[in-house]
Amino acid sequence: MKEAGDRRPVTEARDPAFTPAPGAPAIAAAATTNEDGQWTMPAKDFASSRYSGLTEITTDNVRNLKLAFTFSTSVLRGHEGAPLVVGSTMYVVTPFPNILYALDLENAGALKWKYEPKPEAAAQGVACCDVVNRGAAYGDGKIVFNTLDDHTIAVDTTGKLVWDTKLGDINLGETMTMAPLIAKGKVFVGNSGGEMGVRGWLTALDLGNGKIAWRAFSTGPDKEVLIGARFNPHYASDRGKDLGVTTWPGDAWKIGGGTVWGWISYDPALDLLYYGTGNPGPWNPHQRPGDNKWTSGIFARDPDDGEAVWFYQWNPHDVHDYDGINEQILLDVASNGGTRNVLVRPERNGYVYVLDRRTGEILSATPYGYITSSKGVDLESGRLVIADDKVPQIAKVVENICPAAPGMKDWQPSAYSPRTGFVYLPHQNLCMDWEALEANYIAGTPYVGANVKMYAGPGGNRGVMSAWDVANRREAWAIPERFPVWSGTLVTAGDVVFYGTMEGWFKAVHARTGQVLWQFKTGSGIIGQPITYRGPDGKQYVAILSGVGGWSGAVVAGNLDTRDSTIALGFANAMKDLPRHTTKGGMLYVFSL
Amino acid sequence: MSSRSEGRAPTLTRRAERAVLLLPLLALAAAGPGRRSDDRVAPGPVLRVCADPNNLPFSNARGEGFENKLATIVAGELGARVEYTWFAQRRGFIRNTLRAHACDVVMGVPASFELALPTRPYYRSTYAFLYREGSPFAVRSLDDPRLRRARIGVQMIGDDYANTPPAHALANRGIVANVRGFLVYGDYRDHDPQSPIVEAVARGDIDVAIAWGPTAGYYARRAPARVAVVPVSPQIDLPYLPFVFDISMGVRREDTALRDRLDEILERRRSSVDSLLAAYGVPRADRPST
Repeated sequence: MKEAGDRRPVTEARDPAFTPAPGAPAIAAAATTNEDGQWTMPAKDFASSRYSGLTEITTDNVRNLKLAFTFSTSVLRGHEGAPLVVGSTMYVVTPFPNILYALDLENAGALKWKYEPKPEAAAQGVACCDVVNRGAAYGDGKIVFNTLDDHTIAVDTTGKLVWDTKLGDINLGETMTMAPLIAKGKVFVGNSGGEMGVRGWLTALDLGNGKIAWRAFSTGPDKEVLIGARFNPHYASDRGKDLGVTTWPGDAWKIGGGTVWGWISYDPALDLLYYGTGNPGPWNPHQRPGDNKWTSGIFARDPDDGEAVWFYQWNPHDVHDYDGINEQILLDVASNGGTRNVLVRPERNGYVYVLDRRTGEILSATPYGYITSSKGVDLESGRLVIADDKVPQIAKVVENICPAAPGMKDWQPSAYSPRTGFVYLPHQNLCMDWEALEANYIAGTPYVGANVKMYAGPGGNRGVMSAWDVANRREAWAIPERFPVWSGTLVTAGDVVFYGTMEGWFKAVHARTGQVLWQFKTGSGIIGQPITYRGPDGKQYVAILSGVGGWSGAVVAGNLDTRDSTIALGFANAMKDLPRHTTKGGMLYVFSL
Repeated sequence: MSSRSEGRAPTLTRRAERAVLLLPLLALAAAGPGRRSDDRVAPGPVLRVCADPNNLPFSNARGEGFENKLATIVAGELGARVEYTWFAQRRGFIRNTLRAHACDVVMGVPASFELALPTRPYYRSTYAFLYREGSPFAVRSLDDPRLRRARIGVQMIGDDYANTPPAHALANRGIVANVRGFLVYGDYRDHDPQSPIVEAVARGDIDVAIAWGPTAGYYARRAPARVAVVPVSPQIDLPYLPFVFDISMGVRREDTALRDRLDEILERRRSSVDSLLAAYGVPRADRPST
């Protein structure tokens, strides 16, 4: 397998006034809660820390972790979800057909009930990248989740439907795969399908009755983006009237992408929601000159009325398919004798950004892997500096674009420990080549596309599990993995980090050193999100969904032919050997001492 | 509208199926994945076809497309009846249908297609300009300066950097601000998901559309105004962007015997096929156009 070439240095950008004090920054106090042993939202708390205060499992005893129970989901596609634990019940939502299971934790995970929304089968045909679901959320006696065919559904704790709201239409290429966030009596959800000409949005629903409270589009006129008097972005290029229209040619914004399929955080103290937008599509970059607002960026909004407060664009006029939808971790960092309220964002373009979450100002942007596609971030303008020779062009061979289209890190969420000050970063080490034109065929119509091939970056490993030191803005330790680390991570007060590999190993590592302390081979590759909870018996448990798939694992979950290197949008080339290492499956594994 | 290939077919079944195919070239109505147009297991040979249930003028579940009629012609030659597995012709279509053994033939693939074994091409068509007759935008060439000010519609595909040739060609010429995209998939709830780009010309919402020939020809005939269909010139835009494509039927890569049999039929029924395509208004690039 081909490897990427010489490393070229990409330097950090940092505001000189931002000088984090030594030690571990705190999780934003208002956005987290005291440990209650439950896990009621995929990110654990509004700050998206994925940090558990449970301490029974430690670096000393984790080697004794044993299987407590398992549960088969009966679904064989990619399991990207996080189980929830509310009281003595666990809730698991599967990939399409999006079955919600309730498991009795008093009784070794015995099935209490299941709710089957029966989404339209045609939704599979239009979903971009496997038919995943990233989890449910719990609030006020309801479990809320999205279906691939664009319904947001609330079910009560007995399995009875409370409400079901249809938010989009699969017949137009629109799907939903993200996990909702519940805050202030509202449910916040977004759509997927930017490649299909879908116009992205975030929608707020009333948690009580499912009625739509507001919808904020990611492209179009200010009144549809919910940009008004309160909007005060930090950088000049984000100021101006109707930029969601004027930074596009003609009416290209109407099918401009910017879908909202990733993570949402919430700061109750500032009363702001934070979430990212997907890349612009389906136009090729040379068809859409301009910044293509408000794609591939991050919004801060008022949760009550959706009004935008600030915006920052990671990738103005994205040319690399770098969706801007990753998680943002809300921290309070001691700096210069004061405290900065920040959000930490490991972005798909290869930088860990630290933004002032009050204003959207960049405090630092530091590379966390091998980057050739850009040369750094200009602090004056806030703009990413693109490497012109790595801009993909039709009919030209452009080699060694790093990171590849899935980015340095895709949707898979990281975790943060306030004990170590490290962000635990599951990510990729992939580069790509754009090659000659090739003829293809869809809906009866011949067309011409690029031949994209992805392959391992420097070192030859396609994945990395690393610890990122927030205060010192550098890698503390890293574990190379054969395949992209496509699972989420979890870190505990026992200083144990959990993650899974696409071969199916579920690993516990030392949060301070990265030493592997324990591992267990599950039945299929892992792309799910680990969680931990205190069971009804008072013991600490750790749970993970095994079941390979997603964009990276489509070669297994979708039975793709690995002889064709361009399928799965070029990702298959980098995953040719995955079928030798894992097979399909959908199984919950729960462990305890 | 999809068939599932999960949990399918131990190797033995597939081998047996292939053996059946190689002898009479037709599978008996063996159990297989997918939603069939006819769930009764009727005796006799069948031609197993995978097709989009809602993609006129090519195919639909009512049998109204020219690929439906072509399947009927071919099946007639084989003394068989057509059995359909319906699946939206999106990304993964060949993998989920032909390669999953849900059928043995798809009625349309480019002759250079690598995912299937193509028959000899049975037509060559071209992308075409569409404009209202009498319009000041009667363009024939991609280099016509009027394209810089015309409101132009193009078909969009959706994958990164994948586009129809006219979309690429216009962008290469810096013609972007006056271009409107129509997703080739359209609104799948409609009877005619691909028709809006032609209807927009007829209504005057746009001055010029550039669409794939069969779609252009079929909907131009049904448009509420007189719409001209003119092959795009040049046929190949430099450095290498083709506007004409040969279209074949496709079988699995290993099914050479079936491919040979289909080639014979296409040769024998050439005039019927030509008449069929003419009836659907398919612009032909493999002979002087009228």
